[in-house]
Parts: sequence; C-alpha cells; structure tokens
Amino acid sequence: MAELTRSYEKYFRQNRLPHLWCPGCGNGIAMKAIVQAIEKQGWTQDNTVIVSGIGCSSRASGYMDFDTLHTAHGRAIPFATGIKLARPELNVVVITGDGDCCAIGGNHFIHGCRRNVDLTVVLFNNAIYGMTGGQASPMTPLGGKATTTPYGSVDRPFDPCHLAKAAGATFVARSTAFHVQHMTDMIAQGMASRGFSFIETQVQCPTSYGRRNKMPSPAEMLKWLQQHAVLKPAWDRLDREKKKAYILDHKFPIGVLHQAKRPELDYDAAYDQVIERAQGVKA
Amino acid sequence: MKSEITIKQARCKGCGICAAFCPKQVLAVSELGKIQVVKGEDCIACGQCELRCPDYAIFVDKLEDMKGATA
Amino acid sequence: MREARLMQGNEACAEGAIAAGVDFFAGYPITPSTEIAEMMAKLLPKQGGKFVQMEDEIAAMGAILGASLAGSKVMDATSGPGFSLKQELIGYAVCAEIPCVLVDVQRVGPSTGQPTAPSQGDLMQVRWGTHGDHPMIALSPWSVRETYDATIMAVNYAERFRTPVILLMDEMVGHLRENVTLPEPGEIEIYPRRKPKKTRAEGYEPFEPDTDLVPNVADFGEGYHIHVTGLIHDDTGFPVGSAQVTESSIRRLHEKIMRASDEIVHTESYFMEDAEYAVVSFGGTARTAYEAVKNMREQGLSVGLLRLLTVWPFADKVIAELAEKVKGILVAELNYGQMVHEVRRAAGGKCAVELCGKYNMKSFEPVEIEAEIEKMVGDVEKGGRA
Repeated sequence: MAELTRSYEKYFRQNRLPHLWCPGCGNGIAMKAIVQAIEKQGWTQDNTVIVSGIGCSSRASGYMDFDTLHTAHGRAIPFATGIKLARPELNVVVITGDGDCCAIGGNHFIHGCRRNVDLTVVLFNNAIYGMTGGQASPMTPLGGKATTTPYGSVDRPFDPCHLAKAAGATFVARSTAFHVQHMTDMIAQGMASRGFSFIETQVQCPTSYGRRNKMPSPAEMLKWLQQHAVLKPAWDRLDREKKKAYILDHKFPIGVLHQAKRPELDYDAAYDQVIERAQGVKA
Repeated sequence: MKSEITIKQARCKGCGICAAFCPKQVLAVSELGKIQVVKGEDCIACGQCELRCPDYAIFVDKLEDMKGATA
Repeated sequence: MREARLMQGNEACAEGAIAAGVDFFAGYPITPSTEIAEMMAKLLPKQGGKFVQMEDEIAAMGAILGASLAGSKVMDATSGPGFSLKQELIGYAVCAEIPCVLVDVQRVGPSTGQPTAPSQGDLMQVRWGTHGDHPMIALSPWSVRETYDATIMAVNYAERFRTPVILLMDEMVGHLRENVTLPEPGEIEIYPRRKPKKTRAEGYEPFEPDTDLVPNVADFGEGYHIHVTGLIHDDTGFPVGSAQVTESSIRRLHEKIMRASDEIVHTESYFMEDAEYAVVSFGGTARTAYEAVKNMREQGLSVGLLRLLTVWPFADKVIAELAEKVKGILVAELNYGQMVHEVRRAAGGKCAVELCGKYNMKSFEPVEIEAEIEKMVGDVEKGGRA
C-alpha cells in the first residue's frame, strides 16, 4: 500500500530509486539515517544542501530531494565550505567515503576540522574503493584483501575519528549500519552541534570487501559490526587489559567520541566579527 | 496475521538482510531474487526487517486490531 | 570622475572584482598573485563579503565553486603552479556550468620555475589545461586600468555564459604601478546572476538552455532542489549515459561561447593604417611591442601592432584579415613560442609568421623586438620566407 510509505520518504527523489548500490550495501542504511536525522532536526528540503564527493557513498546526493551537489573526488568539504560561508542560513551536510575523505580529500578533511565551519560531515566507511572495483582504501584493515592488496594490506589504516578530534572538529561520533537508530541519533546530534561535526558510519560492502575477505553475506557483515561495536559508556568502563584485548579483537567504540566542552565559535560566527571590525563597528 | 508487510518489489535486490534479522523466519528470498513473506502469521511486527533494509523495499505495520489487543 | 590613484595591477584586479560585484574570494598565497588575495581579505569584509584562505589551491577553487552555486559572484587568484593544481575543478566548472573567475598571474615555469620573474608561458595551459573537450574564455590586460576593466568583463562573462573565465595576467602588469582614474560605480555595467524563468510547477529544468544556449540554473536555497554534477547530464541536471546527450551537451558547451565570439574577442590596433608588417602581442609584452612599433614607424618602417585583449577564444577572424593585408607578422610573446602557433594557423599561409620569443626571466626591451621586426622584414623582402 502506497500509504505505508514512511514520512522520511519525501526526502528521496522517488523517480531516482531504486539506487545503484549493490545488493546488501550499507550505504542505503546510512542514507536513510541522514534523512531521518534531517526530519528529526526539523530541517526542510528548501534550507538544506547535500554535498558529496566521488565514489559509491557520494552517489547518495542524487537520490536526496534537496539542493544537491555531486562534486569532484575528495573535494566535497571545500565546496561545502563555500556554500556555507556564502549562505550561512543553509544547513549543509557532506556525504563522503573513506577514499574520498581520508585519501584524496585528506587535507580538506583535516583543515575542515580546524576551520570549524558549521558543516555536518557523514563518512560512509566501507573500508574499500567500491566504485572502481575493490581497491584498498586508507581504512582497509591490515591484512585485508583488495584488488590492489591481493596478498593482504600492509598499509596501516588510521582512525578518522581520532584524526577529526585531533584536527579540531567540535563534534565527533561513530556508529554502524547495524545500529540504525543509534546512527540516526549520532547524525542528528552532529547536526544540532554548531561547528564542524564528523560522524563515521561503518557500512558493509559485501561485493568488493566482504567477498574477498571471507564475509560474502551482507547480514554476516552486519552481525560482525554488531559483535565488534561497543557502546562508548561500556568502552570507557573497560580496564586497561580488557581494552587491549578488545582492540586486538578488532572491537571499537561507538557513540559520541568527542564534543567540544565549551562551545567554540564556528567560522561563520567568527567571520561575522571580522565583518564588524572591517566596517569599523567594533575596534 | 498481526501485521501488514508491504514489499516494494521494484526496489528489492534480494540481499537477504531482512530475512537474516527476522526473529520468526517470516521472510525468505525467492528464486527470482526478491524477498517474499513465507510465514506471515508468525510476524510480530518488530520492524527489524524494515530497520536495516538498505533499499527501503520492506515496510511492516502492526494491524490496528492488534494494537488494540495489546493496549 | 574620481581622482587619479597610484595603483598596482594586482590591486586594480581586486578593485575591479569588488566593482563587478564579487562578494566571495577563496585563495592560497602564491607569488606573484598574492597581493590580489591580500587586497580581497581587506576589501571584502568592508562590503559584507567574505574572504577565506584555504588549505591548498584545489580547496580554494572548490570553495569558490560552492559559493557560486549558493549565489555569490566569486573569484580566486593564483600563479602557474597553483593554476596547474586547479585544472580538474576548472573542468568541473565548465561541465557543471558554474560562473567563476580565476586569475593567473603568470611566472616562469615549468614547475616552481622562477617564482617572481615574468613569463607568458601559461597561454596554452589556460586553453587546454583541464581534460576533455571544453571552450575557454581568457582575457589578458596590458595596463593597470585595463586590468580593472578586464576583471569586470571577466566577472560579467562568467555570469553571462555560466563558465569559468580566466584573467590571464603576467608579473609585468600584476606588479606594475600606474596612475589610474577609476570609473564611478554608475558607469560600470554589471551582468546580474541569471535566474530561473519557470517555476518547478511549470516544468523548470535547471540545465535547459535559454535562447543563448546558456541555462538559467537556480542558486541553492531557492527551493528548486536542483542536482549539480560533473558527470555529463541532461537538462534535468542528472547524469545520463547516453551518446546523444553526451554529444549534444559537449557541443552546447562550446557553441554557447563560440556563437558569441565576435562579441567576446576584443583586440586593439595601433599604427595599423597602411601597415605592411604587423606585430601581434598580448599582456605586458604588448607594452614593449607598442614602443618598438612606434620607434620603427618613426624610422619610416610601415609596421603596426595588433594587441589581443581576449586571448581565448582566439581572434581567428581578425588574424585572418590581418594576414590578407600584411606581408609578415611577428608574434612577440614572453615564452618559447605558444601564440605563434595559433597565429600561423589562423593566418593560413597568407603571410609570413615569425616568433619573437624570450624566456630568460626578463621582459623584452624595445630594441629586441625592433631587431626581430627588421629581421622579419629583411627575410620577407628577400623573398626567402614569404
């Protein structure tokens, strides 16, 4: 029955669905979490802009019924910076992937965190380059098989949440495609937080990652996320030894990992002061 | 039947996530690669299938009389 | 009229941008263009506009494209190495039809080259730097005052054709100081941002071409829910993998500009009446060429100067007409020979075309060009090369 269509469905361009992602891809779950977070925040389709880079994740913008911008590989954050500074009243959400954000766009990611423009950046981390057929990304785990690491990856991955926090992001959170409501909540909190918010969503890529790494079933990949994600409060209660064991077992914390204690001035607000000083209103 | 399950066939890619997370084995992927309801009467309308469907292809609603019965 | 002011070329560029309505500038420091960014940082917030110094050249280009889509008139300035880095996004702006002005104050290359020394070696990169088939508009001013006017023209063309426009400066003009009198704001013509002519209900399609083949793309935040991509797309803005759409959109991107090329191509002639020989030049080098031609005229040689303000699209018609009239053309450019190839192509063998090039960190002296004019005249008169 058409009436069963959920309220969040109005945020999709119905004529563009079904999306192009492979069967069982986690990107669809993360995209739904974003529109549900937008709904929760009360943002409208007219005052929200979705900006994406290039890659599987970044095809999301085409399905979302807002003003949407599918930029060049790695460059979503600079484009979003321009939009937000030009029109501060618009809510700007960036959708990016692990290759887009952390490899080719790594410098923009770091400086986006530092500059603290009021953006919500959602990373769809599937640990692989899916669009080009399964090459290793900066998030491919050590030993992980990809078309460019046929004998297992020897490149150490990094933790984008640690990076975001160190570079100055004022809100940093992580969730997974198994924890859908939690993911929605993390994104909504990021949207509510003024300044540069970063949310890593771990999503499964059964086609390009799972099949090469003994996890061909999408449901199995989701169960792996369920078993390895530990809620932040529980993670914090772990003693040193236990935490070490968890890390060796590839377990990781999910939740709000960092939030600036005192609300720092975001770039837009700070630049308003620049304008006032330039115009001689304030000394 | 305690619930109404709606499947948007055009969107379903038969990934099987909904069937795998169904606690009552209500769903199964058909030979045509689409999800189908095989034991509708066992559905408890928990919504696990809808929650993780990456393709927005399955929706489950509690039937009104059921809601009344549990109230 | 305003009072005359002593002003640098780069400063005139910044002032021109403000006069043209630029309200967003993103940049990254690089000699010899940096003064433009510094001026914009100072001037823009006074006007309520915004300046942002980005983390690299690519980010600066990305930021201006985002701001342009959100309704701002935008500019970014750089030099050769930075210009190379921006190439991918220049092509993005061509394909996605985003108005923007990019200033390239040229210096000696390749690579880091000779950072503060003058050169005109980016002429071909301006035209062909980004990948794929694309048109290009580039203006190369020769004086401080013309830099001001050309910046306004560049902003207007960017808005009118919804395309990137390159202001191709060189270190000579960028760092030149001259006394200039700027026009009053009311004397300046501004091309406003194009607006949709239909509502969504009336079937608005953001990339549907208007009668001039340019689409009236809505700005973000106007409620049109448009999609913008660097993938080849149809009038709806969504990517399409069709041969027909690919062919027609690439053709339209070229035609929207080439159809107006007579309006866009600006050239100036000096001492050209009855001239038997001509020097063709552009930018800062044209100043020296002017001096050389004037000196040769005083010595009784029938030579004139054709100066190209618009370097792209190339002045094919003007050069073809010139080649019919004169016996020989000398192309004076501060590089190993770039424009000379275009002039030869456009001249179509109707007259001799010789290069007067230089690439040793120094701008031309008039005597150097005069010597090359004499050499060309000698060759042609001997019948050797005509």
